[in-house]
Amino acid sequence: MSVSGHERPHPRRGRVSSYVAAEFPGLGISWIEVAAGAGRSGESVRNRLGALSDRFYGSHAVQMRQQPIPWAYRVFFRHVGLDPDVTRTPIEGLALERLREGAFRSRGLPADALTIATVETGVALCAFDADRLEGPLGIRESAPGESLPGRPGELPHESLVMTDDLGPVGLLFGEASAKHEVGRATRRTAVAAIEVSGVPRIAVEEALWIAASELGGEVETRS
Amino acid sequence: MRELLERGGFEAFDEVLVDERLARAELRRQVGRLERELARLFGEAFGRVEIDHRVGARSATPRALGLADLEQLRDQLADRVADARGQLARQAETEAANRRLLAAMIADPAGHRWVWISRADVGEPGCGGWHSRPRLGPIGMLMGWWQVKVSSGCPLAGRLAAVDQGLEAQAPRPSPLGTCPRAAAGARRRARCGPPRQP
Repeated sequence: MSVSGHERPHPRRGRVSSYVAAEFPGLGISWIEVAAGAGRSGESVRNRLGALSDRFYGSHAVQMRQQPIPWAYRVFFRHVGLDPDVTRTPIEGLALERLREGAFRSRGLPADALTIATVETGVALCAFDADRLEGPLGIRESAPGESLPGRPGELPHESLVMTDDLGPVGLLFGEASAKHEVGRATRRTAVAAIEVSGVPRIAVEEALWIAASELGGEVETRS
Repeated sequence: MRELLERGGFEAFDEVLVDERLARAELRRQVGRLERELARLFGEAFGRVEIDHRVGARSATPRALGLADLEQLRDQLADRVADARGQLARQAETEAANRRLLAAMIADPAGHRWVWISRADVGEPGCGGWHSRPRLGPIGMLMGWWQVKVSSGCPLAGRLAAVDQGLEAQAPRPSPLGTCPRAAAGARRRARCGPPRQP
């Protein structure tokens, strides 16, 4: 089904382990799969990044943490032990980059698509190589001895990770495993949104559809 | 009563498992509220006074914090909020005093000779300020003609560029013998400046 079609399929919702769900009500992961891979961003994407840069000011960055969605992510970062002024939430990281660089610089797809969707909605997004995922995405605590495929070192025990049926595919709000990263060989991209308490569902869906639209491929609706 | 105290003891409670989930949820709620308050204070203080809003990470990777960690986090956030409120209150007092001084200065410039109050001093954004100075320079000073001048605000980009050019012109020259114009190529120039620089 095309992204621009008037009937959009709902994003798939991942599983959250019972312990994590009980500790963090509202935490969730949703994703869609798009028939697109990595590459140079087209002119329309670069133009949209430029337009976003032009309407983003320093005052937005200062006031951002008082807005509901960026605030929700800041609070969640506090809840999971991270300092949001060191490990930036995705939207604040982009805001800081905009102020430092003077613009949202193009870094190719799918990064640009995620940037546009995150700046527009405030929702945290990440991307995986959909063909390397086995089963649905989920969130749970890491088990002892687990690690991210292709990354050195073990994950600290009980870290919150995004997983598929085989194991961790990325740290929550952190790096993805080397195996599941979107690369040159990627043909299908899974765009995932991390939901936290206080982020409306409609914003999550909007973020996923904006990202899919900027990626330009057909959205796959297999269940 | 004494029997009860002696018989009971608290050993029996050691084996009671307490569900701390509700306590953790309540602490998380408090952390969220404090974070919102700190964000509001940060926005209010930005550009006026620097407040310490940093609270260090409890973990290198995201994880479900325990009760003790959440309590420490809550306490640190509460401290930051209290400090920020105090700093803002002190800043507000200073700005109010400066506004009173400004009003007095406008009412009586001669009584506040050479006093300069910037916009930042009274908590207003932008550049510039108010300056009590004599009208017509030394003549006004001798005659006691004092006035408050309002500065014209932030310098224009053109003026800033002119300042940059002025600074560049004042910068030390690369050669003690002076610059070597391209047109003055020749044996004399080579003697002064060495061979021409290759691109």
